[in-house]
Amino acid sequence: MSLGALFVRDVRLAWSAGGGGPVGVIFYLAVSAVAPFALGPDLPLLARLGPALLWIAVLLALLLGLERLFQSDQEDGTLDQLRLGGAPLELVVIVKAAAHWTAAALPLIVATPLAAILLNLDGATLALTLVTFLLGTPALALIGSIGAAVAVSLRRAGVLIAILVLPLSIPVLIFAVAAIEAAGAGRAVLPPLALLGALALVSAVVAPIAAAAALREID
Amino acid sequence: MKSLQVAELCVDRGERRVLDRVSFTVAAGRACAVTGPNGVGKSTLLRAIAGLTGIESGTVTFLNWDSERAGAIHFVGHLDAVKPQFSVAENAAFWCRWLGDGSAGESVVEAALDTVGLLHLAEMPAQFLSQGQRRRLALARLRMAPRPLWLLDEPTAGLDTASRATFAAMMANHLAGGGLVLAATHEPLGIDGADELRLAPS
Repeated sequence: MSLGALFVRDVRLAWSAGGGGPVGVIFYLAVSAVAPFALGPDLPLLARLGPALLWIAVLLALLLGLERLFQSDQEDGTLDQLRLGGAPLELVVIVKAAAHWTAAALPLIVATPLAAILLNLDGATLALTLVTFLLGTPALALIGSIGAAVAVSLRRAGVLIAILVLPLSIPVLIFAVAAIEAAGAGRAVLPPLALLGALALVSAVVAPIAAAAALREID
Repeated sequence: MKSLQVAELCVDRGERRVLDRVSFTVAAGRACAVTGPNGVGKSTLLRAIAGLTGIESGTVTFLNWDSERAGAIHFVGHLDAVKPQFSVAENAAFWCRWLGDGSAGESVVEAALDTVGLLHLAEMPAQFLSQGQRRRLALARLRMAPRPLWLLDEPTAGLDTASRATFAAMMANHLAGGGLVLAATHEPLGIDGADELRLAPS
């Protein structure tokens, strides 16, 4: 077994032809580019709504690639071989979730300064938004892996995965936006950030166990 | 001596009992062909032994094996586990690193591809392979990491005559080294003295 090889393979697959990597980034930038047209050229309003809009866009962009997270491997027999590699299935899930984060979430974080210009965010707000992304998106990727594993043998499972994953993702959204709002209102930023980090840690423990249990049920 | 012992194995699929009290033993250096009509449970038997399908009752015992089940089995199923986006060599190199202990180098991958006659296509994207060539790429996994038990589900489907002969030689070589082969097949395995386990519809 070589977990590093699996990680590299998954990231490369996501960004090779037919992978979901570029689609998520384009979706994310499209949402943040369209928002100013919908809301009108009210700069203070854009700045106030901006971080929340970015978080919604990230949440939905990360859902796009989830359907294929385990399904593409299940369809072509790769998952059987992954189960026979000698590595515990929980580790396989962690590595695949990490690869999903690297291929899908990291490019969104890199693209965020560009989106921030479109939404008139100032430097401090942008920096804090990036911090909440860094803490929150790993939790989203891990929670998403549960939904992807549960729906692995279903066709056209994208919407079902969204329904499964979105309610579990709401706490991440709440504490991330709460941290940014607290900074704007002059309140302490650390408590919501700490809760956001706690969510990431809890999902790092729970998600691999839950997703691996779901994957073992396939036959 | 290593052996695989299956006793009173029962497996259900979708409320239907597919395997009902199947018992047999495969000893080291022996090959066993699992035969029977379509839908009789040949693939299910192989998947159950590999631990990919849950069993209702009965036991699958690996006697005198020094590694755990997942590290002792090569499984070649109907699906080839080939990623069309990657080249032949990249597909092979990934499985070599995943199934082996990580110490195998490029020479192992090249030797395995050479055995199945795909070395000259190493740089080609796997999406351009024919069905038989994809099958040979899947069979190349058997050469990449030494594992004692080969579970093969219709391994020669889509192979031409020359490739079948090559594959029979691969199996003979594996058996001579003390390996075990359990193959679901509708055709002769091409190995002298192979046992046969005939599954009958229940």
